[in-house]
Formats: sequence, structure tokens, C-alpha cells
Amino acid sequence: MARLGGGREDGRDDARTRLVWAAFTAPGIVWLLLLFVVPFYAVLSIAGGQLNPIFQSAVPVWNPLHWTGANFAKSWSDLVGTGAFIGPIFVRTVVFVAIASGLSLLIAFPVAYFVTRFGGRRKGIFLALLIAPFWISYMMRMLAWIDLLQNDGYVNKALTFLHLVNHPVDWLGGQSATVILGLVYGYIPYLILVLYSGLDRIDSRLIEAGRDLGLSGWRTFLRVTLPLSRQSVLTGMLITVLPMCGDYYTNQMLSGSSGTSMVGNVIDGQLNATGLQGEGAALSVLLLAVLLVPMLYYVISTNRASAELA
Amino acid sequence: MQLRAETGPAVDVAGAAAPLAVARRARSLLPRNPWRHAWFLESFTWCYLAWSILPIALAVLFSFNNGKSQSVWQGFSLRWYTSDPLNSVLHNPQLHQAVLQTLWLSLYTTLITVPLGVAFGIGIDRWHTRTSSAFNFVMIFSFVVPELIFGVALFFVFTALFTSIHLGTLAEVLGLVTWNLSWPAIIVRARLVSIGRQYEEAAADLGASRLEAVRRVLLPMLMPAIFASAVLVFATVVDDFVIVDLLSSTGNTQPMSVIIYSNTHGGNGGPALNALATLMLLFSFVVAALGYAGYRWMTRGERVGRQETLTSIAGM
Repeated sequence: MARLGGGREDGRDDARTRLVWAAFTAPGIVWLLLLFVVPFYAVLSIAGGQLNPIFQSAVPVWNPLHWTGANFAKSWSDLVGTGAFIGPIFVRTVVFVAIASGLSLLIAFPVAYFVTRFGGRRKGIFLALLIAPFWISYMMRMLAWIDLLQNDGYVNKALTFLHLVNHPVDWLGGQSATVILGLVYGYIPYLILVLYSGLDRIDSRLIEAGRDLGLSGWRTFLRVTLPLSRQSVLTGMLITVLPMCGDYYTNQMLSGSSGTSMVGNVIDGQLNATGLQGEGAALSVLLLAVLLVPMLYYVISTNRASAELA
Repeated sequence: MQLRAETGPAVDVAGAAAPLAVARRARSLLPRNPWRHAWFLESFTWCYLAWSILPIALAVLFSFNNGKSQSVWQGFSLRWYTSDPLNSVLHNPQLHQAVLQTLWLSLYTTLITVPLGVAFGIGIDRWHTRTSSAFNFVMIFSFVVPELIFGVALFFVFTALFTSIHLGTLAEVLGLVTWNLSWPAIIVRARLVSIGRQYEEAAADLGASRLEAVRRVLLPMLMPAIFASAVLVFATVVDDFVIVDLLSSTGNTQPMSVIIYSNTHGGNGGPALNALATLMLLFSFVVAALGYAGYRWMTRGERVGRQETLTSIAGM
């Protein structure tokens, strides 16, 4: 430990060692700087920039002292001003994401809990089945539901067979329920994996102790398991909520109607429309600002966890 | 009354102690769950698994449909893979090109991301300065930022700043590498923590230089982690959508996911898309199977369980 642990007698060697580690880190730092940090600066520069009056293209302004609020003002007035069309879309995004992530948790928690606590010898099979969707492309999974939800698809066939509906439901014609189903179906595998690994780490002796000390199964769950899984529930919700907020493809594939549009659809649309790119940049900066607190929470708690391990 | 309430449980526990001990012993003989089986939870879990897997199985089935419908079975055929002269994956140039584009993107991205991320992970674990912790922060941040926001940022950096890099394959690869860089770094760091420092110290005591210790001691020990991250990056790129959607330009730089998306807006795109998606699924599963087998083989001396292998190649 004395030779490698940092507190070294020989100062020259120490500097050389640090140089080696710096050389390991440097390519990654340069890469992240050029292709992660700079791009975010570019978005700010576009959002704070102007519009070329002839070509209607967004002109970036690289000097932050010259940034203007024109694009932000436009986004803001679309968000809350008169004739605001993004305002309702924003509210819809929040509602869809809240319902979808809540449903995901309600489904994912019992499944992860069952597999970790009662999986027994079949745990490996369960785990493989839970991981399988993780390896199946998101587009494939949406396509699968498009097949099922068509007018003559199996869902409508089953519903008419059971006499629950008289006419086939137009599931793909802009139904909120379909989009929420798509979001749940799309993101739940990630949530389950996070919950699984969190619940799997809970020391079963603590649960046994709860039972031995006279708590009922249900109360053991409430007083022991649930508090111990708080952190993984939080992480899992972040892992699902954050990408849902930037989702535009689920909506586009399962509905395609503007009646179910989310913030992601607006940004995607503005990005592809001449003259609206500046606004698109401003809107994604605003979305980033809204999501910054949960993201920072995730980064800091991850950092703390890895510091504790080291 | 109060007395009974207080002593009641204690008496119960004492009275139940003997049968409990017997029951414990019986249980330890049988490899069964310690408590009564959770039938409700089990059926709930099976329902979830059916809901999660059956739709995909049906989509795979309809890729073999001998007809244009994605919902009515018209007999088995390979029409949408090879035999249809216009719209099969083999003969439709757009679909054909998409398969190749996906494979190339995954290959290039994996080849760049893994060495870059592994070196970054090792460096950041050992080089304790403000710069390294700041970029550790950036790296974890890149893991959790919504892909759309990152994609928009890349779109603008390639259209307004690094304009010599046009939208297309190069832009896609650069974006995908950045997006996936955190996988190898995070996985390698986790492995470094469990390895500890003692092996490197032993190498140093035996006269190895710092680089020799990394090359001949640390890297072989990190191999399973590096391999797992390569598998993960490859499969993630096969499935990636947002970055390639925003950074692809013309038709022939669009990989499979973008083709499926752009041909399916809210409706029927034909079973050729199912065939394309099935091929994508096949790629991912082949990679996963190879990853599983390779990881088992690499850790054969270490008593790594099947479940641990599964979680390792899924990045858990």
C-alpha cells in the first residue's frame, strides 16, 4: 500500500505515476469535451442566437454576452402566452409520464419482489425472461403492439369475442390510453432490472429478523423491505421518467395524432422545420432546465454510492 | 389486560420456539422457500411475462406471414425475407441497406467506445484531481440525460459548428460513441473496486513498472468486464434510435430502427418491417448468447454464477 497508495516518499515517481493515469484519462476527457460539453454549448448558442432573415436558418451566437432571449421568449409565449399551443402539450406530457411511470412501478415492484424473494431455483429463468426485453429493440416492441392493436388485430378480436365492444376500437388513431400503454411497455424492463438488483441486495436475514420478532408478512414488507428498497425505487423511477420526458417515437408510432403530442414531438418537429430550429433549441434548453434537478440528484447519489464502495 | 398484551407475544415466542426449531431443520433439508408460497405474486409475475413476451412472439410469427397483413395469419413463408422480388429484406434496397448500416454502426462504435471507455474508467479511478472528478461527473451526467436533448445538442454541433462533419455515418458514430462511453467506464470502475489494489502492488513489488502492471496484471483481470461492456455497447447500438434518427441524413445512412420507425407512423407498414425487426432481434440475441457464453468462459475459474453472468452482460 505504501508504494502505490499515494503517500509516497519519492516525489518524482509520484508525478510520473500521476502522468500515467492522466494519459489514460485524457482521450476520454477530450472526447467528452468536444462531443458532450461543446454540443450543449452549441444548443445554448443556437437558442440564444438569431434567425437568418433570408434563409430562415438558425444563426448561432457564440459569445454569451450577445445572447438574446428572442427564441426563449417565443418558446415561453407558446408555453404560457395567449394562443399558447405548447402549454397544453406540456401539461399532457406531465400527465402521461406520471400515469405511465406510476403504472410501471405498480407492475414492476411486485414482479421484482417476487423474483428476488420467491424465485428460488427458478430465479435464473425468471431473470433471463425479465432481461429478454432489454435485448429487444424498442422499435420492435412498438411494432409488436401496432400489429396487435390494428382494427382487425387480436386485441379487437378478443374484445369483440368477449362482447366488450360492438365495433373494433381504433386504437392507433390517437388514443391517450394507447400511448400510455406504449410508454409503460417500453420502459418497464429498465425499471424492473433496477428494482431487481436493489431488492436482491437486501439482506434476507433482516426480513427473517422482522418475522422472528413477530411482525406479520405484510408488516415486515412495510417496515423492513419497503424502507430498504427506497433508494432503488427512486433510481428506477429516474431511469424511466427521464427518457419518457424526451420520448417522441412511442407517440409517433402508436398514435401519430397531434392530439396526443408530447414535448418531445414538438422539439422533434421544430428541429425538422426551417425557421423553427432556434425555438426547438430553446425548448430543449427549457426541458433540460426542468429535468436538471432530478438528473443532478441521480449523478450525486451515484457518485456517493461509488465513493462508499471504493 | 395491559399485562397480557405485554407478555402475550413473549410467551408465544417461547412456546413456539421448539416447533419452530423443528420446522427450521425440516426447511433446511428441503431447498424450498422459507415461507408459504406467494401464489398471487407468482401468477402476477407470469401474467407480466406473458404480456411482455407474447406480443413480440406474435410479431416474429407475422414476419413469416404469407400475405400483406400484420394481423391475419395467411400461412407460412419466407416471402418477406427473401422471396418477394420487390419488398423483401433481401430485394428491397432500402431494407437491405438498413441491415448493413446497423451492423457497421455497431461495429465501428464498439471498436472505438470500448478502448476509450476502458482507459477512461481506469484513469478516472486512479487519477484523483479536480479535472478527473469533474469529467466523472460529466460521464455520469451523459448516462442520465434524455437522449432527445443530447441528440438535439449533437444535431446543432454538426450543423452549426463542426460543419465539416456532415450528418451521416460519421456523425452517427461520433454521437453513438459519446452516448455509450459511460458503459465501459462504469463497468470497469465497478470491477476495479472489487479487484482492489493488492495485485498491482504485488506486481510493483516484483519489479513491474506502472504500465507493465496495468498491461500484464490489471487488463487480464478486467477482461470479463471489458468483454461484457463490448457486448452491451454492440447491442445498445443495434437498438439505438434517437441519435441515429436525428443524425442520419439520406436514406442510405438510416439503420434498421429508423427505417422501421419512418415506415410505421401510426399504421400498417407491412410484414417486411416485421422481418426487419426480427433480424434485429436475432442480431441482439446472437450477441447476447455469445456474450453469455464468452463471459462464462472468461470467468470459468472464478465461480461466477449463471445469474451473475446474466446481470453482467445486461449492465446491471
